[in-house]
Parts: sequence; structure tokens; C-alpha cells
Amino acid sequence: MTRTRIVRVERTDVECSHTVTIRFQDESLARPGQFVMVWIPGLDEVPMSFSYIGDLKGVTVHNVGEATAALHDASRGDKLGIRGPFGRDYRIEGESILFVSGGTGAASLMPALEVAMGSGIRSTIVIGAKTASELIFVDRAISLGADVRISTDDGSKEYKGFASDLALQVLQEGSFDRVLTCGPERMMKTVVTACLEKGIPVQVSLERFMRCGMGICDSCSFGGLHVCVDGPVFDGKDIIEIEDFGVFRRSADGSREVIP
Amino acid sequence: MADLSVEIAGLRLRNPVMLASGILGETGSSLVRVAEAGAGAVVTKSIGAEPREGYPNPTVVELEAGIINAVGLANPGIAAYVDELKVAAQAEVPVIGSVFGKSEGEMSEIASLMEEAGVSAIELNLSCPHARNVGAELGKDPETVGSVVSAVKKSVHVPVFAKITPNVTDVVDAALAVANSRGDGIVAINTVKAMAICPETGRPFLSNGIGGLSGPAIKPIGVRCVYELYENVDIPIVGVGGILTGKDALEYLMAGAKAVQIGSAAYYRGIEVFGRVVEEIGQFLDEYGYESVGDVVGIAHDEN
Repeated sequence: MTRTRIVRVERTDVECSHTVTIRFQDESLARPGQFVMVWIPGLDEVPMSFSYIGDLKGVTVHNVGEATAALHDASRGDKLGIRGPFGRDYRIEGESILFVSGGTGAASLMPALEVAMGSGIRSTIVIGAKTASELIFVDRAISLGADVRISTDDGSKEYKGFASDLALQVLQEGSFDRVLTCGPERMMKTVVTACLEKGIPVQVSLERFMRCGMGICDSCSFGGLHVCVDGPVFDGKDIIEIEDFGVFRRSADGSREVIP
Repeated sequence: MADLSVEIAGLRLRNPVMLASGILGETGSSLVRVAEAGAGAVVTKSIGAEPREGYPNPTVVELEAGIINAVGLANPGIAAYVDELKVAAQAEVPVIGSVFGKSEGEMSEIASLMEEAGVSAIELNLSCPHARNVGAELGKDPETVGSVVSAVKKSVHVPVFAKITPNVTDVVDAALAVANSRGDGIVAINTVKAMAICPETGRPFLSNGIGGLSGPAIKPIGVRCVYELYENVDIPIVGVGGILTGKDALEYLMAGAKAVQIGSAAYYRGIEVFGRVVEEIGQFLDEYGYESVGDVVGIAHDEN
């Protein structure tokens, strides 16, 4: 069931000043890491990773543009179109997993953390943000029973620095069977490089401009792969050699642009 | 083992299954991947004179038996696309450059830049059903089709194909114009003009309202068009529209197409569809005792 259906916003939860979670009823079977195309009728359609995957699904929206601003302002009862779930999911296996999230990346990792904790996998999560007031899903991760480590770029809470810096430190301290990461691409590239050096399997979730979500329009082309169907979750070893990783993305006209 | 290679307008292809324009052809690396997946040739996304963002999303909606899209000819413009063609040159199959434009002059210029960048042939987009002043807006008028084909023929040495629209009363008119203007072949069909409306919101699904329907729903329309074209024009025909399997491709070949193109099936069966359809054609030819692809071309027209 990936074709467009109309859902109504059940509720919205403010996660921080610029980020809200929108919850809606949808019975499709989604796995952690998958995404949906969210249609705001009359405005736009954008890809969003699930932050909740049960029947009461959720997407977590960082207010960065016109479409996300409209989602930010959504209220109970508003109609949205969704199609999906699309894409590949996280592999959640082993005895211990390190999750590394930066900014809104925590949204995509939370369902994976839930599945991991539910399967008795020892889980540590690094949640990073620019500043303390922008941290999201910290309470949710704590209530799941995960070992939660926090980083802020400005040092306003716990570790001062990027999530990737804290992640490298955590990797030194403990032993992990896998690493899953979602956040700014350069941060993820640092994590992937470190994991591959240590021989730890690592998966990353990428974000690109998308149109079809179905692997045909080529808008999310990434070194011959497509983020919508070959990803959004990729094995680090499969993409570390791709020139675009952490550096380039495609704009709406298909030209290559530097990731800011 | 049947011979799967074909020759169209002087182009030698290892098999008759090409990538259709508009699908997976915005980047050189995707063209290479489609070639690796088994295609006999790849056609680029339609490229224009300037960068173009296309329509806002939603640009694609999936229906029961097809997909409607109105991407709006998004492309980086020929100057930037030359870099993608350099990457595409690594593909071990011919790369065909699809061109759209507002006038014969603009299209000739883009075609000649494409030729310089190494494409093996040009495909003129005279059939995009959802963009203003280009595509089908030119292609619906046989006289304009003729003058565009003549002009582009004069500006390049590689073969020139014209992709024509099914959204006219008689597809033969434009095809005759292509043939009379010394065009090297016809690609038929482009998507069928269509719309889907979301009842709950009372709005068309696509931001542009109208789009082009592709996928299984249009295969019988495409097969009929190719059948009619084969009876009326002598230049080679490339069949496209709703091909998912080897048998679908054989319908087009038997209607008279020398080769076929695949687009939406890359969604239905994944990017591996190119190699799979080639295999399926080969198995069919072996099973039914045909020695080559050429043996089935146009046989649906035979008496008895």
C-alpha cells in the first residue's frame, strides 16, 4: 500500500522551538528508517522519515522552508496526503548498537532505538544539537532505557562539540556490534570513516531532494544509486567511495550543488 | 540462442531494450547504471537550453495501472549536462541525447552540443504533454515537426529520432512529417495526457493538474500506434509505453518496432528490469524457434 491516501492530523507535539512532530493514523506497515512522501494539498510534497511507526504514525518536521512551515502550523483535523512507506530500513541486530544522531536526525533513529530496546539489544544513543534548547527526543530515549549521551555544539549541555566527536569517544570506551547514524551528512561521514577503520558495520540515513520516491525520476541520484529506493538507509561501506557523500547533492534542476 | 542484437538507423545495439527518456537519465552515473543493468542503449532526460526546475511537487501520482507525472522537463541545461554526458560515456552502450526546445533553432543548437559531447544519436522530444511552448505543443502540428526535424538533421551527423505524441487524432501525420524530413526514426509513444483528482481534497493530485500517464494502462495504446505507424511509414520505429516484461516488448516488436524503450517498469520491477526483459525476449525467441529479434518485427501484419 504505497499509493496516496488522505490522513488527518491527530495531534502535533512541539519538540523544540523549530521542530514539531505530526501524528496521524495510518495502518501501513513501516519499518524503522523508511520514509513517506507527505503532501500538503495546494502547496508541496516532501519526503519525511517516520519518527513513529505504529498505527499512530509520526513525522518530525524541522521548519526550514515553505512546506515545512505549513506542516509546522498544522493542527488537529488538517488533511495531509501520504504515500509510502518507501525505501530501505535499518538493520537492527547484534548485542549492542550505538546510535548517533545530529539535529532532526534523531527522528529517523527513534523507531530503530525502540525496536532495538524491545529486542533486548544494549543501546547507546548520542543525541546532538547546536544548543541545549534544540535537543529532541532525549526524554523518549531515556524512557526507553537507552544509555543517552548528549552533545551540544556550544556546550550548553553536557559534551561540547559535534555528535560525531562524542560518538568517536563513546566508540573508544565501549564495544559495539553496529552503528546507526542520521544527521548532517558531514557528521555522518566522520562516523562512517571511524567505524570502517574499526571494522564496525555502520548504516547511515541520507536526505536528498525527491520527486517520485519510486526510483524513476533520478532527482535523488547519488553516484548511480537512488536515495529513495537504494536508501535512504545505506551501508557505510557501500557509499564511502561515492564522491557526492558528504559533499554534493542535486538541486531541483538536477545540477550538482555543494551541501551547505 | 537467438541473436538479440539489432541495428536501427546505423546504430548497432547489443539488444533491443533501451532506457526511455525522462526516467533515470538526469545524471550520467544513473545512465551508466542502467547500461550495467543490461540496456542496449540509454536515452538521456530531455535537455533544454537553460536550467529548469520543473513544476513543484507533487509531480508524480501512482494509480491502479499506471503513473501520472508532470515533472515539467526539469533539467540542468545543456551547458551543465555536458558534464553528465562525460560520465555517461563510460556506459558500454550508445547514449542517445533527448532534446527539447521552443524552436527549431534552439533544438538544433542543443543537438549539436550533444553531438560534440559524444552522443550516438539525438531523440527530439516533440511530445511532452505537460509543458508550455515545447514538447507536444510543437509535436501536435505535423508541419512544425517537419521543420524541426529538417533543421536538426542539418546541424548534426548522428541519426535523429523524433518521439511523437499519442495525444492527436492520427499519429501517422507527424510520423510522415518526420519521414519526409529525412528523420532517421520514430519513437512512439510518449505518455498519454491524463489527470487524477483526490476526492477528499477536491484537488488534482499533481501541482500542474494535467500530466502524462505511463505504465501498463497505456501499453495497448502504444502497440496500436506502432502498428499504425508500421503500415504507413518506412523509417524504423522504436516502441515505448507500458512495457514491463519480455512479452510486452514482443507485442511492440510484432507490431513493427525494431527496438523498445522502458521507463516506468524501473519502478514496477526495479532497475534490474532492463536485463530481465532482455532475457525474457531471448527465452521467448528460443522457445518459439525464432533465430533473431528481426524475425519477429512486424509479423502481426502478416496475412494468415
